[in-house]
Amino acid sequence: MSNKGFGPYNEKVIDHFMNPHNLGEIKNPSGIGKVGNPTCGDVMQLHIKVEEKNGKEVITDIKFKTFGCAAAIATSSMITEIAVGMTLDEAKKLTRKDVSDKLGGLPPAKEHCSNLAADALHKAIEDYKKKA
Amino acid sequence: MKPIYFDHSATTPLDKSVLKDMEPFFCDKFGNASSLHSFGQEAKAALEGARMQVANILNCQEKEVVFTSGGTESNNLALRGVVFGLLKKGHKKPMHIITTKIEHHAVLHTTEQLEEIFGFQVTYLDVDQNGLVDSKKLKDAIKENTALISVMYANNEVGTVEPLSEIAEVIKKTRDERKEKGVKLPIYFHTDAVQAASYLDLDVKKLGVDIMSLSGHKFYGPKGTGVLYVRKGTIIEATQTGGGHEENIRSGTENVPGIMGLAAALQLAEDEKKENASKVASLRDYLIRELPKKVSDVRLTGHPVRRLPNIASFLIDGIEGESMLINLDLKGIAISTGSACSSGSLEPSHVLKSLHFPLEKIHGSLRISLGKENTKEEIDYFLEVFPPIVEKLRNITGGIL
Repeated sequence: MSNKGFGPYNEKVIDHFMNPHNLGEIKNPSGIGKVGNPTCGDVMQLHIKVEEKNGKEVITDIKFKTFGCAAAIATSSMITEIAVGMTLDEAKKLTRKDVSDKLGGLPPAKEHCSNLAADALHKAIEDYKKKA
Repeated sequence: MKPIYFDHSATTPLDKSVLKDMEPFFCDKFGNASSLHSFGQEAKAALEGARMQVANILNCQEKEVVFTSGGTESNNLALRGVVFGLLKKGHKKPMHIITTKIEHHAVLHTTEQLEEIFGFQVTYLDVDQNGLVDSKKLKDAIKENTALISVMYANNEVGTVEPLSEIAEVIKKTRDERKEKGVKLPIYFHTDAVQAASYLDLDVKKLGVDIMSLSGHKFYGPKGTGVLYVRKGTIIEATQTGGGHEENIRSGTENVPGIMGLAAALQLAEDEKKENASKVASLRDYLIRELPKKVSDVRLTGHPVRRLPNIASFLIDGIEGESMLINLDLKGIAISTGSACSSGSLEPSHVLKSLHFPLEKIHGSLRISLGKENTKEEIDYFLEVFPPIVEKLRNITGGIL
């Protein structure tokens, strides 16, 4: 089902919000990134699986769980889409703008949600590096 | 299926019969009520007829009814107008105002400005977890320089009905004491009755208020219309100046079609009050009873008994309000939430915060405000589609909270 946009959100954001990709958790994840705060209304958790491919560390699987508004859920879903298959070096360079751009833009008041998504990914990578 | 509207505290549709009463005053009877010629007289007669109708419902004199552009203007005029009037009469700053933490922003942002720019002292009274103002605490907050007390009739987010008559008693005692002591500073009682008009008694004598705000579009009247009741003798200064309309309290050519609509809608609300209140209350009670059977970890907000007949408000654990609102709207149901993410300002509801709920719970607030056209079938449809939405959103959150 394809949804139309909703209020300040475009169609792509609403589509990811209503039908999020890569929802859930990974058994024995390589790294976990959890950011946000329930009192602020947004909590995001990313699980990543990192495997070596051709001598490079690659994110082979990624899953999320999120408490929050449509923007928080859509950016969570989108960052999992972008990051899967990336090397860690590539993933570390991802910014909130990459997430927001891929979603075709977010309402100005919601841009901080894309921050959370990028932060969660970076934190998951750090967690993996610490363990490795 | 026709979309379901459960957001009557935000606004109501114009009643079709009210539209009929307004129609002649757009193109045919278009005169300016201040003009002396026949066109003006026609408009003036209609305007004064509407004023009489409103005065009868409020149990006041016609001259005590001031037409405004809505609830926000009425609240602004009440607060700013009174304190400016007192200043003009030579009462010295700093004067003191008492209000509550759960007022509408039209009150709170006005008192904040009076503090910041004009140096007034303002006390913001706490409420209990049910949203009720304690008239004893209010009594204790009254100081020698207290000139104005503003307490809403019923809260727009949780529906709690405040004890206005008790508060009026407290104020009357203070007034009597001041009279005995020869203190010249008056003490006035304003109420924002915007949410109460459709369902509660609007008799200003019974309520014991000096000033009262109403908004037309909350009771099936037109947007952009409001009333400020100002008891005779109240010191009040215009905040919008000009041609001296409305007894020199509110200048600007009267919005005759709007005022005709407001008066007709208020009359209709008054005539149907008992019937509509009992109808929406039974739907509200049905919803309050059934929802916890269908969804776990739900709690009612606001007072269990002293509440508006049309408001059912809840906190739903583990759910964010904006996500809930969008999902429900896509199923054809319009509700509202006090969640930070839906507010634009990213600030969660100041009302729910004042009711001492933790912030993470406030994000899951749901308000259903019913109207006379809602049916049991619509509540049943909500009860059918809502549980899977809660389940879906709780699944997206998992156990990470």
